[in-house]
Amino acid sequence: MKMNKFALILAIGFAFVACDSDDETPTPIVNTSVDFTFTQNWDGANIANSDYETTTYTNENGEELTLSKLVYLISDITFTNVAGDVFDAGDYNLIDARTGTNTSFTPNIEIPEGDYTVSFTYGFDDEDNIDLAYPDLNVADNGWGVPVPLGGGYHYMRLEGKYINAMNDETAFQFHNIRANRHSSLPPGPTTLVELRDTSIEVNLGTISVTTGTSIEVKMNVAEWFKNPNQWDLNVLFSVLMPNFDAQLLMNENGQNVFSRGAVTVNP
Amino acid sequence: MLLLSVCITSCNTDSVTVDPNGGYEPTPLTIEVPQIFEERVPAPLIPADNPMTVEGVALGKKLFFDPALSLNGTQACADCHRPENAFTDPRQFSVGIDGSLGSRNSMPLQNLAFNFKERFFWDGRALGLEEQIFEPVTNPIEMDNTWPNVENTLQETAGYPLLFERAFGSSTIDSVNVTKAIAQFIRTLVSGNAKIDRFLLGQEELTTAEENGLAIFLDESRGDCFHCHGLPSNPLWTDNAFHNNGLDEIITDRGLGGFTGDPREFGLFKSGTLRNIEFTGPYMHDGRFNTIDEVINHYSEGLKFSETIDPLMKKVAEGGVQLSEEDKADLKAFLLTFSDLEFINNPAFRN
Repeated sequence: MKMNKFALILAIGFAFVACDSDDETPTPIVNTSVDFTFTQNWDGANIANSDYETTTYTNENGEELTLSKLVYLISDITFTNVAGDVFDAGDYNLIDARTGTNTSFTPNIEIPEGDYTVSFTYGFDDEDNIDLAYPDLNVADNGWGVPVPLGGGYHYMRLEGKYINAMNDETAFQFHNIRANRHSSLPPGPTTLVELRDTSIEVNLGTISVTTGTSIEVKMNVAEWFKNPNQWDLNVLFSVLMPNFDAQLLMNENGQNVFSRGAVTVNP
Repeated sequence: MLLLSVCITSCNTDSVTVDPNGGYEPTPLTIEVPQIFEERVPAPLIPADNPMTVEGVALGKKLFFDPALSLNGTQACADCHRPENAFTDPRQFSVGIDGSLGSRNSMPLQNLAFNFKERFFWDGRALGLEEQIFEPVTNPIEMDNTWPNVENTLQETAGYPLLFERAFGSSTIDSVNVTKAIAQFIRTLVSGNAKIDRFLLGQEELTTAEENGLAIFLDESRGDCFHCHGLPSNPLWTDNAFHNNGLDEIITDRGLGGFTGDPREFGLFKSGTLRNIEFTGPYMHDGRFNTIDEVINHYSEGLKFSETIDPLMKKVAEGGVQLSEEDKADLKAFLLTFSDLEFINNPAFRN
C-alpha cells in the first residue's frame, strides 16, 4: 500500500512549533480520526439485510431481480486540505453489505481539524492491486483474490442474485467486477492474457469540514450499476463477466455515479 | 488458612510471583505453519484462553484416541475421524455406540486453526472449535455420554489427573479443559505439503492434465470451483462459508438455516476443503457421492434448483456447466494434487 502520511503530519506539527513566537499563545493543533459508514440503496430505497433474496427490484432494462450478495472493496481514503497536503492511511476495507460486516470503518490516521476534499478508491488501483499481497483478503468472503490467468490481484465487487430472464425463467447472475483483462482467446488460460486495464474508480466526496467526531456516510446506489450511461441487459451480461474485457469497461463507466456522499455528522 | 492467605496477599508488594498453574508452567508450543500458508494466509487462530502448549497437545491427543469419552467406553473421537482419511470417516454415516446412524458425513479435521470464520460443523452451529468438541460426547447417536460422567471417569483413570495438572495447572478434571486439550491437538493437524503446494512454491511441475485441470478450476465458464473452494491465493482450498450447491429440489436437511432459523439459509452447508480429497470420501454433507467422479458429474450436469440455490451454481436449468469428458478427467487429475501424504502418514497424528 501507499506510504502513510504520518510523517507529513509530524512535519506540519514541527512547522507550527518552529514558527511559534514567544509572545503569542499558539492555537493547539487538534488531530482527529474520521469515521465512515457505508450504506446501500436502490434508487434511494435503503437495502437492509432483510431485503436480500426477498425484495424484488427492477433494473433500468426492465428485468426483475433479487440480490443475494453484495461485497465490495474500498481503499485509500484520502484527505486533501486547501494547501494541497494529502493525508492517506493507505488502508482498505472490505464491506459485506448483507451481513453488515465492516460497514463502519475508521482509517488508521489522524488529521488536523479543518476542511478537506475527501476521496477514496473503489477497488484497488494498480499500485495496490498486487497479487497475494493481502493475506486477510486472500481468505475473506469466498476468497477475495482473482485468478492469475485473469490478471491476479483482487476483486473490486461481487454482486450476485437472481433475475427473471426473457424466457421468464429465474436465472442467477454474478456481477463480479475486477480489473479489466483482455485475452487472445477464451476461455482464459495461462497464456491468453494480452492486456490489463485499471478499472478501479476514484470517488470524490467533495469538501468536508472535519472536526473531532466527524462521521461521513458513503452511499452506494446499486441501481446505478445497471443504468448510466450503459443500460445493462442481464439477459446478455449475467455470468462469466470476469474475463469479459468489454463488460468490465462498462461496469467502470456505470460505476462512476454509483457512490455519493450521504450524511456528515459530528458525534459528541 | 484463609486469614493467612489474605494477610500474605495484603502484605504482598511486588516481590512475590504467584504462579497461576500452582508451580507448573506448561511449555508454549507454536503450530508449524507450512510455507504456503506463511506467505498467503493469516496466522492460525489461537484463542487467548487456550494457548497451545506441549502438554496440552499431548493430553489432547491422548483424549482424542481414548474411548473413555464415550458412555460405554467403546468409541473414541478417532473412530469417526480417522487419521488415514484426513480425520474423516470413510462410511457415509458414522455409527454411534449403540449402533445408531448419524445423518451427516463426518467432517475431516485439517487446518481448522485456519478457519477464520470460526463456524464449525456442516451447518456452522458451533461458533468455535472448543464449542464444537463439546457436542459429540453427549450426542445420543454418537458417544452418548454426559460430561459429569466423562469427568469422573477421567478423574479416576490413572495418569490423567497428572496430565491435566501439567497442561492446565489443576488435577481436577473438568469438561472445559477436556475440550481445550482436544482443541489444541486438532489445531496441530495442519496439511500444507501436497503437490499443489510444491507447485505453487515453484518446487514441482504439474502434468499437462493437472495444469489443464487448474485452468478449468479457475475458469468461470467451466469449473468455476474457485469461488467456493479457494485458489492459489487461498491455499486453504475452502472458503469456510455456506452454500446451497444444488443437491436437492426439496430441502429436507435445513443445514445452516436449521441453526439460524432463517429460511434464506435453508439447505446451506459449509464448503468442504479440497485438501486430501482423495482420502475424504464419501462427499457432501450427507456423504451421497462415493467418488470424485460423482462430485464432478454433479456440478457438470446434476444440479437441481431450489429456492436458496447459490447464484454461483451456473446453468442450473441445464443441470450444470456441461464439462467435456476430457475436462472432467483433467479436473480430477488436478484435484488429486491435493493429496498430502506427509499429513496422512504423520506419526505425530497417530495413536
